[in-house]
Amino acid sequence: MKFLRDKIDQIKKPFEKGQKFEKFAPAINALDTFLYVPNHTTKHGAHIRDAVDLKRTMITVVLALVPALLFGIYNAGYQHFIQLNEGVLPPFMDIFLHGLWKVLPMIIVSYAVGLGIEFAFAIFRGHEVNEGYLVSGLLIPMVMPVDLPLWMLAISVAFAVVIGKEAFGGTGMNIFNPALLARAFAFFAYPTFMSGDKIWVSEASTTDAISGETILGALANGKELPAQWDFWNSFIGLIPGSIGETSVLAILIGAFILIATGVGSWKIMVSGVVGAALTAMMFNAVGLTALMNFDWTNHLVVGGFAFGIVFMATDPVSAAQTDKGKIIYGLLIGFFSIMIRVFNPAYPEGVMLAILLMNTLAPTIDYFVVNGNIAKRKKRLAKSKQLKSA
Amino acid sequence: MSKDIRIKKGLDLKLKGEAAHKIADTTRSKVYAVKPSDFHGVTPKMVVKEGDNVKAGEVIFYSKSDEKVKFVAPVSGKIQEIKRGEKRVILEILIAADSQDVFVEHSKKNPNDLSTEEVKAHLLASGCWPFINQRPYDVIANSADTPKAIFISAHATAPLAADVEFVLENKLQAFQAGIDALVKLTTGKVHLSVKGKGKSIFKDVKGVSLHQVYGPHPAGNVGVQIGKISPINAGERVWTVTPQDVATIGELFLTGKFNATRTVALVGSEVKETQYYNVISGAAIADLVAGKIEGDNVRVISGDVLTGTKVKMDGNLGFLSNTVTVIPEGNVYRMFGWMPFASPSVHSASRTGLSWLMPGKKYAPNTNLNGEERALVVTGEMEAVMPLDIFPMQLLKACLASDIDKMESLGIYEVAPEDFALIDYTNTSKLEAQQIIREALDLMIKEVG
Repeated sequence: MKFLRDKIDQIKKPFEKGQKFEKFAPAINALDTFLYVPNHTTKHGAHIRDAVDLKRTMITVVLALVPALLFGIYNAGYQHFIQLNEGVLPPFMDIFLHGLWKVLPMIIVSYAVGLGIEFAFAIFRGHEVNEGYLVSGLLIPMVMPVDLPLWMLAISVAFAVVIGKEAFGGTGMNIFNPALLARAFAFFAYPTFMSGDKIWVSEASTTDAISGETILGALANGKELPAQWDFWNSFIGLIPGSIGETSVLAILIGAFILIATGVGSWKIMVSGVVGAALTAMMFNAVGLTALMNFDWTNHLVVGGFAFGIVFMATDPVSAAQTDKGKIIYGLLIGFFSIMIRVFNPAYPEGVMLAILLMNTLAPTIDYFVVNGNIAKRKKRLAKSKQLKSA
Repeated sequence: MSKDIRIKKGLDLKLKGEAAHKIADTTRSKVYAVKPSDFHGVTPKMVVKEGDNVKAGEVIFYSKSDEKVKFVAPVSGKIQEIKRGEKRVILEILIAADSQDVFVEHSKKNPNDLSTEEVKAHLLASGCWPFINQRPYDVIANSADTPKAIFISAHATAPLAADVEFVLENKLQAFQAGIDALVKLTTGKVHLSVKGKGKSIFKDVKGVSLHQVYGPHPAGNVGVQIGKISPINAGERVWTVTPQDVATIGELFLTGKFNATRTVALVGSEVKETQYYNVISGAAIADLVAGKIEGDNVRVISGDVLTGTKVKMDGNLGFLSNTVTVIPEGNVYRMFGWMPFASPSVHSASRTGLSWLMPGKKYAPNTNLNGEERALVVTGEMEAVMPLDIFPMQLLKACLASDIDKMESLGIYEVAPEDFALIDYTNTSKLEAQQIIREALDLMIKEVG
C-alpha cells in the first residue's frame, strides 16, 4: 500500500503550506483522510488517544440508517406498483429498482449540494471539513416524499446547510437539526409537494383516483382507514410516507446499532417513546375525536415518530447535552409530537415540529440542570463559611 | 473517621509493559538536570552560576514569587551549564556529577518535637518544599498558607503507573516520619488513600485519616479523592504530596539529608524488560533506558501516558517522576482506520470499536492522534470518565471562553489538569482538555490568586 500512499503525498504537494493551492488544502485533506487516518501525533496532553473520531462516529450513524434506507427504497417501488398496477406486483428486483431509480438521484443531489457548500465554507474559513454532513446528507432525502422535485430538494438542502448550520458557525454550533430544518423549509415553502394525497407514491400525480395519503393525513381529514393499514403493516412499513420513515422494524435495527455502539442516546429514545405513549394513552382515555381515539400503540408506529425519535432527536448538537436534560428533552418531544398530531390537523406530522421546538428549548433545559450543580456548590460554600465563622 | 472512596465513572486502560516487581540500580549519570518547568508556574532566581561547585541538597535557585521556596541540587558536582531559551527563560540547569555525592548535612530532627513554624522552616531550607502541591491551581504550595487538609494518594491507578505499595515497602519508617511532619502543617487532617482491594502496607500508618479506594482510574487521582472526602470551596486551600515525596521528607528528618534517589518504574510496550530502578532525580534518560528499548521510533515519557511529559533520548528524568513510559511513535498512516469495528489493535473506550468485546485484552498504543481535531459534537462521553461532581464539557467551554465567573461556579477550583486526562484520551473531537484546564488555572491565578 506504500505505492498508494506515495501517490497521494505526491498529489498533495501543491496543496502544502506556502504552495500554490494551499487554500484548497481542506478539500484535499477531506478526501485523503477518508483513505488514511493521518500521521498526526499527540503534541499536548495525553500521549495516547482513543480510536474513535468524528468520522467513525458519523459513519456509525450512516450504518444505522442503512436498513431504513434499503427498506425505504423498496417501499417506494412497492407503493408505486401496488397503487398504479391494480395490486399486481412485479418481481422483487423490479420493485427495488424502481425505488432506487427514484431515491438514488435524491441522495446524490443532497450530498452534492450539501457537501459542495461544506467544502466551500471549509476552504473559505480555512478549517477542515467536518463530517457532520455525511449523516445530514442521507437523512434529508429520507424524510422527504419520494415525488419531491429534485430542485426543491436542492434548495432545501442549501437552506439547511447555509442558514441552519454555517450561519451559526458550522458543525457543533447549530441550534436546529439541519436535516429537520431542510424538511421544515420544504414543508412551508412547497406545501403542495409536502402534504396531501398525491405525493407519497411515486408518479401518483400522473394518475387519477389513487389514495396515496398517509395514515395521519387520512385521520386528520376524517376519513376511514383502509383495512390494510393495521398495526403490523405500519410496523413493517409497507405504507405511504416519507422515504425512510415508514418501517419501524428497519428503524429499530438502526436504533439497536446506535444504542449498542453508544453513538445515539438511549436516554432520549426511551424517554421520547415513554412521553409519546403516555400522552397518547391520556388522549385515548378522553377519546373525543378520531385522532384522540387513535390507539396509542398505533401512534408509535405511524408517521415519522419512530424515525424522528431515533435519528433526529438524538442529534447530539441540537439535543440537550446533560444526562438529566436528555431525559426531559425526550419526554417533551414525545409529548409535543402527539399533542400536535391530535390538536393540529393542518400538520398531521407532529414529530418534526416537536423536535424543532425542543431544539430551541434544549439549551434552557441544560441551563437548569447545570444550575442545579452550581447551586449545590454555592450551598456548600455558604455552609463552610458558616462553620468557619461559628 | 475514615471514609471509603468508591468510584464508578472512569476507565482502566490495560496496556502492555507493566513493571515486574524487581528493583535494580542504574549506573550513575555524568550529568544531571534540574528543569524549572517541572514546577509549574515557578520563575527561577539563580543562586549559583556556571562553574560553581555544589553539594547534594544545596540550593541552586529559588522561586521569584516566593523567595522562601528553594530548589536544591539532586547530586553534588559542578554547575556545567544554565541552559536558556527564548527571552532568557531558564530551561534547565545541568550539573556534572561527582563520582560520589557529598551531602549538605542538616541536623536530625523528630518532627513530633517541632512546632509548625519549625517544620515549615526546615522543609523550606532543605529544598523539600517543592514536593508540596496546592489545590486549587495545582502549583507549589504557598508557604504562608495553612491548608484545610493535606491529601496523599498511595493508590496509583494511571495506566502502567508505579505500584506505590511496592516502591515504599522498605521505606515505611521514612514515610511515617514524613507524615509526622506533614501533620504539623495543617489544622485539619492528613488524609491517606490506599488501595481498597487486598491488604495495604499503609494500614498501620499513624496520624492519618485512612481511606480505602475502589474503582477504575482516576480513582487514584488525589483530586478525585479530595472531591469525595472534602471538596474545595472558593477561597480554601488544600495541599497534596505524593507518597514517594512523603518518604523523602521523612528521610530528611531521620537522616538530615535530602536524598533525591527515588524508585522509578520503567514501563511500556517498547521496553524489553519492564521493572523498577533506583535512580536520582534528573538523571540522564539514556542511562536509564539504554539497551532496554526495542526499535528507535519511540517516545520516552517522563511520567505516565496520560499526564507525563515527552523527553528526548538525550534529555533527563523529571524531578518528580515516578514512572518512565516508552511507547511507539504514531507518525504512521493507517488505512481506513476510521471505519467502525475495524482496527482491533487500537483501543477505543467507545463501543464503535471491538475493544468492549475483549475486556481483558492489553494494548500497545502509539502516539497517533487517531483522527483530527473537530468541533465538539458528541455529548455524554466526557461525563462517563469524570467521577467528580462537575459538568466537564460545560466547564471546558467556560475555560475556552475565559469566563471566570462561570469557571468558578462550575467548579474550576476542584480540578487539576490530570483529572481531565481521560477526557483527552476518550473525546471524539480530539479536544486538548488538559491544556485547556491548565491555561484556565493559570488565568485564575492571575485574576483571582
